[in-house]
Amino acid sequence: MARELWEGNQAIAEAAIRSGLEAYFGYPITPQNEILEWMSRRMPELGRAFVQAEAELGAINMVYGAACAGARVMTSSSSPGISLMQEGLSYIAGTEIPMLLINVMRGGPGLGNIAPSQGDYNQICKGGGHGDYHPLVLAPASVQEAVDLVPVAFDLAEKYLTIACVLLDGSIGQMMEPVELPPMREVKRKEFPWATSGAKDRARHVLTSIYLEPNDEEKTNLRLLRRWQEIQAKEIRFKEYYLDQAEVVVIGFGTAGRIALSAVRAARAQGIQVGLFRPVTVSPFPHERVAEIAAQAKALLVVEMNSGQMLEDVRLAVNGRIPIEFYGRLGGVVPFPDEILSEIQRVSKKTPQMVDDPAKAWLKRMDAAIK
Amino acid sequence: MATIAVPQNLVYERPASFTDAPTHYCPGCTHGVAHRLIAEILDEMNLTSRTVGVAPVGCAVFAYNYFATDFVEAPHGRAPAMATGLKRVMPDSIVFTYQGDGDLASIGTGEIVHAAARGENITVIFINNANFGMTGGQMAPTTLPGMKTTSSPNGRDVETQGYPIRMAEMLATLEGSGYIVRRSLHDPKNIRLAKKAIRIAFEVQVRGLGFSMVELLSTCPSNWNLTPVESLKFVEEKMIPYYPLGDYKVSPAISAAKL
Repeated sequence: MARELWEGNQAIAEAAIRSGLEAYFGYPITPQNEILEWMSRRMPELGRAFVQAEAELGAINMVYGAACAGARVMTSSSSPGISLMQEGLSYIAGTEIPMLLINVMRGGPGLGNIAPSQGDYNQICKGGGHGDYHPLVLAPASVQEAVDLVPVAFDLAEKYLTIACVLLDGSIGQMMEPVELPPMREVKRKEFPWATSGAKDRARHVLTSIYLEPNDEEKTNLRLLRRWQEIQAKEIRFKEYYLDQAEVVVIGFGTAGRIALSAVRAARAQGIQVGLFRPVTVSPFPHERVAEIAAQAKALLVVEMNSGQMLEDVRLAVNGRIPIEFYGRLGGVVPFPDEILSEIQRVSKKTPQMVDDPAKAWLKRMDAAIK
Repeated sequence: MATIAVPQNLVYERPASFTDAPTHYCPGCTHGVAHRLIAEILDEMNLTSRTVGVAPVGCAVFAYNYFATDFVEAPHGRAPAMATGLKRVMPDSIVFTYQGDGDLASIGTGEIVHAAARGENITVIFINNANFGMTGGQMAPTTLPGMKTTSSPNGRDVETQGYPIRMAEMLATLEGSGYIVRRSLHDPKNIRLAKKAIRIAFEVQVRGLGFSMVELLSTCPSNWNLTPVESLKFVEEKMIPYYPLGDYKVSPAISAAKL
């Protein structure tokens, strides 16, 4: 299929439709409105379910209902909307049914702004809603990668009966890039042995997240944990660039990782031995691979569009073996490649030193830079 | 020797749409009556195998233990949204929610109003017993003025705690609502009328005629600190004057169907 110029949000929506999406429920919020709008036109014309809900609370619980029926279902939202959806996400996790969430992050906290941000890494990767559960989170760095990850996310959600999330920010959602979309596949509902589709010629099915007996809830938690461990063992994804003999390795996900790649290329052109590691699954985080990289490199530079949320995962993986530096921009500010290049130059020039908290050292430099 | 009734003489039995679970509801509570009416209707309309129920958070959180249909358990107040999701991907299924007044009239007002406004083709059974039963009898939006609860110990003061919400009347104002009525479970005659209304509500859904809700005035002897019989009297003497029984919305299409 030919490559065409598509806006990120619309391309993601169309990729979901072509991946056999049966139902979409959503609520307007910038910068993901184009997903809702695209669905509002396309889903009805294909005879599929679309509802603009009264709120994100309604939208996520409509997803919950459709997922109970065994339908391939999704919603999309942005930061404040994702906060509202946490209740339903926790219930969906506790009920062990699949769904896809497109999470287009914007600046926060609070109403924040509509500029691209990665401030919700902790919110989505570390659970967000109440209880012990882990969504599976995939972070693309381009429109094409987002489009490619949509069918993957559906399949993983259904394989592991989990919430799968494609995590991006407003820049990927709203930029236009040439992409190749997947071919249209037919809608075919899977015969899930638990779906509440009507107890015809079978025992009735009950789907719930309530286990009043603590021992039963513990068993449920353990079942979730074992499934999560299987995901950790089998579904880690990442991209590596110029890691061969790299003394400094930059680590960044999504848009920050993509901008960092430009900086790494510029640094390489200057003869700096630097590479880039870009996690694609940010939950589960590729801890083992980062530990292997830490055994080879002299120092790491973590770059994020937040105050160092993924940095915590990197520190856990590195476990003090080599120095880690951090560079972040916050609140919807997107770093320029030059800023990251300066950081690469700084880190590669000096003798790397261990610090207690890389984010503290970064904050001092930020205080000096931003008046 | 015990005599065994021969089948043709059976005049009363457990509905087939019930499981054999023994009740967990308090003595004198009318939840059991409401459950039974629904099960009888599912039997009579032969809907059991195509029905999915949505349980609320509240005393009826375990409603799914009693019905022989598929069932899901919604977050507090969100049953109409879950029902919407189920119905939209299974339009040939029969989807009903069973919700109390804390669930439907308090935390779930957004979901119920918009499900009705969309004319969502689902059936809602709304139990109004003027308090939060499961959590121990706190004030609900439906608690009567002056009524004592564990969170309105001096009686509901409308100056500071607001007025009770009449959900049936409110939802009846929406164009999308198809069939909105209020009935009571305080005596056999009214129970029969309630059953008739529940039957119509499910018929409305079967025929695709839109959103249907039956509000049922119910008792809560445990939290009202009344005997079961006193509770029935409370419904008749105190609740019905504030919550008049009646048909608040019967859309022209439903009237024409002569259900």
